[in-house]
Amino acid sequence: MKLESKVPSGPLAEKWDKHRFEMKLVNPANKRKYTVIVVGTGLAGASAAATMAELGYNVKNFCFQDSPRRAHSIGAQGGINAAKNYQNDGDSIWRLFFDTIKGGDFRSREANTYRLAQVSNNIIDQCAAQGVPFAREYGGLLANRSFGGAQVSRTFYARGQTGQQLLLGAYSALQRQIGLGKVQMFPRTEMLDLVLVDGHAKGIIIRDLVTGEISSHAADAVVLGTGGYGRVYNLSTMGLGCNVTAAYRAYKRGALFANPCYHQIHPTCIPHTGEYQSKLTLMSESLRNDGRIWVPKNKGDKRPPGEIPEEERDYYLERKYPSFGNLAPRDISSRSAKEVCDEGRGVGPTGYGVYLDFSEAIGRLGKKVISEKYGNLFDMYELINDEDPYQVPMRIYPASHYSMGGLWVDYNLMSNIPGLHVIGEANFSDHGANRLGASALMQGLADGYFVLPYTIGDYFARVGAQNITTDRPEFREAEEAVSAKIKKLMSIKGERTADSFHKALGEIMWEKAGLARNESGLKKALEEIATLKEEFWQNVKVLGSNESLNQTLEKAGRVADFLEFAEIFCYDALNREESCGAHFREEYQTKEGEALRNDKKFAYVSAWEYKGDGVKPELHKEELEFENVELATRSYK
Amino acid sequence: MNLTLRVWRQKNSQDKGHLEIYQANDINEDMSFLEMLDVVNEDLIKKDIEPIHFDHDCREGICGACSLVINGIPHGGKKGCTTCELRMRNFKDGDTITIEPFRAKAFPVIRDLMVDRSSLDRVMQAGGFVSVNTGGVPDANAIPIHKEISDKAMDAAACIGCGACVAACPNASAMLFVSAKVSHLATLPQGKVEREQRVRKMVAQMDIEGFGNCTNYYECEAVCPKEISVKSIAMMNREYMRALVK
Amino acid sequence: MSTVQAKPVPSQAKVTFISSSIGKKIFQAVTGSLMFFFVVGHMLGNLQIFIGQDQLNTYAQALKDLSALLWSVRFVMFVCLVIHVWWGIQLYFENLFSRPIRYIVNTTVQASLSSRTMIFTGGGIFLYVVYHLLHYTFIVTNPQYAGLHDSLGRHDVYSMVVLGFQNGWISTVYFIAMFSLSYHLTHAIPSLFQTLGLNNDKTKSKFEVLGWLVAIVIFVGFSVIPAAILLKIINLPEGVL
Repeated sequence: MKLESKVPSGPLAEKWDKHRFEMKLVNPANKRKYTVIVVGTGLAGASAAATMAELGYNVKNFCFQDSPRRAHSIGAQGGINAAKNYQNDGDSIWRLFFDTIKGGDFRSREANTYRLAQVSNNIIDQCAAQGVPFAREYGGLLANRSFGGAQVSRTFYARGQTGQQLLLGAYSALQRQIGLGKVQMFPRTEMLDLVLVDGHAKGIIIRDLVTGEISSHAADAVVLGTGGYGRVYNLSTMGLGCNVTAAYRAYKRGALFANPCYHQIHPTCIPHTGEYQSKLTLMSESLRNDGRIWVPKNKGDKRPPGEIPEEERDYYLERKYPSFGNLAPRDISSRSAKEVCDEGRGVGPTGYGVYLDFSEAIGRLGKKVISEKYGNLFDMYELINDEDPYQVPMRIYPASHYSMGGLWVDYNLMSNIPGLHVIGEANFSDHGANRLGASALMQGLADGYFVLPYTIGDYFARVGAQNITTDRPEFREAEEAVSAKIKKLMSIKGERTADSFHKALGEIMWEKAGLARNESGLKKALEEIATLKEEFWQNVKVLGSNESLNQTLEKAGRVADFLEFAEIFCYDALNREESCGAHFREEYQTKEGEALRNDKKFAYVSAWEYKGDGVKPELHKEELEFENVELATRSYK
Repeated sequence: MNLTLRVWRQKNSQDKGHLEIYQANDINEDMSFLEMLDVVNEDLIKKDIEPIHFDHDCREGICGACSLVINGIPHGGKKGCTTCELRMRNFKDGDTITIEPFRAKAFPVIRDLMVDRSSLDRVMQAGGFVSVNTGGVPDANAIPIHKEISDKAMDAAACIGCGACVAACPNASAMLFVSAKVSHLATLPQGKVEREQRVRKMVAQMDIEGFGNCTNYYECEAVCPKEISVKSIAMMNREYMRALVK
Repeated sequence: MSTVQAKPVPSQAKVTFISSSIGKKIFQAVTGSLMFFFVVGHMLGNLQIFIGQDQLNTYAQALKDLSALLWSVRFVMFVCLVIHVWWGIQLYFENLFSRPIRYIVNTTVQASLSSRTMIFTGGGIFLYVVYHLLHYTFIVTNPQYAGLHDSLGRHDVYSMVVLGFQNGWISTVYFIAMFSLSYHLTHAIPSLFQTLGLNNDKTKSKFEVLGWLVAIVIFVGFSVIPAAILLKIINLPEGVL
């Protein structure tokens, strides 16, 4: 299979303009003849659904939550980047593009990343017009902050709830279209299969989560905005409902899964405290601006932090990266934390935690300043841990956070299956091997507001309205397959809960395909996953019936998909014999322990094709061409 | 710690429902309330009892999915805290905890502790937005907004739409929810353009959905996990009168 | 399917200002405040009893002579009372039906007792107003009052009041009624400002204090009369009965 990125020719800065001109248009009067299915109501899904409805398309929007407003984009705290250069500090579209591509360790597609930086400015305008209450300066203009080690202040924010406010903006646009009858909303429904008609994506199969009813929905195109797969680690900063099912089932229907091994582990999360743990709470990365990270120098030092004298502390990030110190990029900070904990120097009850200490900053700036900057985060920490971070250093530990990988898409955000479009975190296109802070919100909204609504028109104009209905055999066949799978899950009646399988999978993935990976570990992981998967299908316990609201059944279906997905993740990590961005292969590092990229052999996108259950997927490569940036080695020393 | 739970169980919306008593043993005080329920559920599944169903997602107090009325108080009574953030250290060994679903005519129970809150979405559909299409908007800095005004709008916009205000109100009124959106948008210049129409439509939809009337108990404010003030209700009343004379 | 679409959105046309939840509340606030002003005027009128028989009877006669004004006030008050009571009851039941299945455990976090008992204090006041009108205004319950006249031949309101409150039962009922009224006001007054949109975080607690102060003044202002009569500070003029 030849992967065509469909990147337009011409100078980088003109590609998108040129492409917009070259794309075919759908006559305004004809738009109502087309129906689009959008799965997911996060930043990408909601903004796409609303915008396409505004343009005149009929939209059917699905989400598993009880309301579209609860999609997990809502959890983002820090902010959203844009190349506005409002602060006059030398930012530009080019700089945002370059920072993003460098942050992604030169593993993203240049043209996509450049377009992202280009439309970033429109996003801020759009959100402000919707009434998103961005932070402002006393003069009434928008405030910015520097975020995640960026050297310019380009991050827009709304207290610690930027994701929520942006999502509510998109949600309100969506609600307006629902009220106008242009969008039909289906909350509490889960997409369980993609339906292809003559090779084109023309519908989906859903399960109504309240009644258990399986039904088909047909459309002229299908858009997946279904988020990332971070819950493959079980514990993550994501919502508990987040899952890979929709994307994975599309993969099983032929869509390629690109770069699954690129998954970001966020360095500043609250460590887990016990077996029962369901979720790891993120503490905004901004804390690293003033907090100092350390562990005891000696193994097994169980003294309370206050009793450990200065000379017996190891400020390991400051020691290893003198110029960036505690602000070293996410992958480096995360990996270093794991290293010191693996050495036995971790803190807290589980030994998997490091201190984030504000005593020096409090001494220098005073408690008042610190509380103005981070008050809400400190309160949240105290609520969860019952410890006052003004007195005792916080304990933090890395946690699974964001998927850079996702379904493969071309420049039009269309996958290799014609008609199947993938937007936001669910696709792979913009971030490469690692994502910069405050760029996820940017990408979700860029795709949904400003890219997909144009490119989908091109697809429609090319194929025309086909009025496909659900009485076609393809739908019946897919419905039957979905029902059979559910029936099988219900019939096993084993001994072990889906949750316990999920935990076991998470442990395998965290240990062997987490922050640092190696060949033997990944091979072991593949074996263990296969065994676990086999046990799952013989021993999972699902109670209740399919004909009702049944959370154990939902969970089991999602875990089943995670078990299969984990395998492609490991195959990809195994295949990529280099270290880049969030993917760190222990065999490929410099003497100083830094990531060693291999641009000669691996400057490509790995896109995996499903070849059958239990069969190794087939690798397809999209070579990455860099015409505008020079591939350099990241250095944060 | 060991606890006794009295939990509302209801098979579906047609079922009458009843309280069941379960034991929650060896509960760690660092657990969140929902993690405690997870542990109880694992145990129930082992005993072939269907687990307690409840809505939840982000588990960090922002998505608004979690609900539950714990000992008569939505979200359990810790100030500014959702059920998912509530920790078990707020309870004592040997406590009996009664867990009920949010109760309101506009929030029918669909199973156990899960309710249908789509009425809130429909109120939003009636007018909880600024009618701008994508594209063609002015530069974000074209309309300066006083920081205080913007902060005030943010206070109201912090609402997570969990519906605890409705659950806590003795009248099951949704005034705090609706007024948070009305005052968020009426405060900002972008939202002022259609303020009269917005408040009229949202209030009308709120009434149609069967929420009760506000009689100024202020129970809503007390349980709101985002501590939205009832001043937004006063503002909505003002907006409503303004819409009448305009 | 339990989707947003499944339940058709009914027309909003039937929700008018008056039938809307906020509209009704505003009517409650306006009618309540009009009646409150009447109550204050009534209290000031009553307190003239402390000046003496002549003053009170002169005042009563003056009101009677202004019959057009008196009856229009009475009419307005009647309308206010009917609206206030009718909608009060309607709101109460609407609110009750907004939660068809009640909680098993009920916990109140910050709602005041007075806010939760408005229907009862209000009901108490209403019943008392009916009795009060029959007692003193239309002189139905104690027809003997009709024959009271002072030396100038005017209706002897002074003696009527003293006679009435010398009865311990009547006074007790009066005290309870005034307590209901005042307690009703502790919630009604801050609520008034909230409902009319004149409240914010800073004024909220101040209006609550104002509510209590007004309630105390109203309670004392009314109750001091039967108290003075029972304590024999005010007595029947000689020659009556």
